[in-house]
Amino acid sequence: MEEEQEKSDAARINTLMAAVAKSRDVEAFEAVYSHFSPRVRSYMVRLTKGNRVLAEELTQETMMKVWHKAELFDPSKAQASTWIFTIARNRMIDAMRRGARAEFDVNDPAFVPDQIEAADAAIERRQDAQRLQQAMVTLKGKYIEVLRMSFFDGLTHPIIAQKLDLPLGTVKSRIRLACEKLRMALQENDK
Amino acid sequence: MRETADGASGKRQMIEHHLDDDMLVHYSAGTLAEGWSVAVATHLALCPACRSNLAMLESVGGYFLQREQGDNGDVSEGWNNLKARIEAGEIENVLPMKRHSADPTFPEPLRSYIHGAGGLKWRRLGRGAAHMIIPTDDSTTTVRLLKIPAGQPVPAHSHDGSELTLVLDGSFSDEVSTFRRGDVEMADGDLTHQPKANPDRDCICLAVTDAPLRFRSRFMRWLQPLLGI
Repeated sequence: MEEEQEKSDAARINTLMAAVAKSRDVEAFEAVYSHFSPRVRSYMVRLTKGNRVLAEELTQETMMKVWHKAELFDPSKAQASTWIFTIARNRMIDAMRRGARAEFDVNDPAFVPDQIEAADAAIERRQDAQRLQQAMVTLKGKYIEVLRMSFFDGLTHPIIAQKLDLPLGTVKSRIRLACEKLRMALQENDK
Repeated sequence: MRETADGASGKRQMIEHHLDDDMLVHYSAGTLAEGWSVAVATHLALCPACRSNLAMLESVGGYFLQREQGDNGDVSEGWNNLKARIEAGEIENVLPMKRHSADPTFPEPLRSYIHGAGGLKWRRLGRGAAHMIIPTDDSTTTVRLLKIPAGQPVPAHSHDGSELTLVLDGSFSDEVSTFRRGDVEMADGDLTHQPKANPDRDCICLAVTDAPLRFRSRFMRWLQPLLGI
């Protein structure tokens, strides 16, 4: 039930975000803002270790960037939540001055492009997003825990090992197994 | 696997050695130090399979964001603020993308880093080998390009920390395997290895380390500070 609710929620948000992308629809963006800004803020609060002022600022900057970069959002490539996550993450990295984060450039002549047809890729990605949701729901707690600590507490694996009082090797193998299970879930339905 | 060899020209070989999930999780979560991210992003530019893994992990980030319990605070103040900025026609400061002379050996982002260092400048290491330090803002790692002459070994070394090697040209082999353009080798802790460039051509690699290498020979250890490696 809850899962169904989430799915339609995600579909609604994707449609709204696509409207922002296509026609800079301010009303649609208000709905996107209402949905995501509290989520982005609580992500930022955690990553800034409770600095509410900074978290608030980073949230506004993230949402402003979402507006500015809206035309780059392609609903056939990613879910709105995934796309907004990457923008929030990049704002956070800039603010923490951990040094830049090097990124590849798809327009670089040395870039090796994907080999599948664009149209197929779009369908595949949309299905992938749904399968991933399902796979995450069925993933055991100990796997969710390490992924969550990596993504949403911004912790490195040695720190996670310390916090959970586990050997580093165990944390790494949980990460690897979690990824393996997710990949398997994505591939299973390919046939 | 989604990547295939480029059959038409036969030039593009399949990448066999990929990034660890561990590394990709750090990269996609935003917790990877800049030095490692240079090598990770450069590998990603060459490897559709790892990009597909990255996309999957970013969806994991999106999944968590979607399920985040937002504080139930009022969003109207923030929205009014943002709306005012939008209506004022605020535009983003976008830095124009700089394009540097396109030597296909060095994909972006590595090419920009080399450009930032003032271009490709090899420093001799002896026996025909050469290296170049790639400066970053990250003090926890050392990033360098290494050139090993065809058929020559890299001096045997082991690691206090970790070392990531990405092949950009030529190939090398160690006790375990052969590494070609785009391949990544991750070494840590107790591995003492002696990679050797294959005889067909010089091997150029990007190497990232988080602690000084330990060379087996006392002479190399003595030379280390002088060579800056």
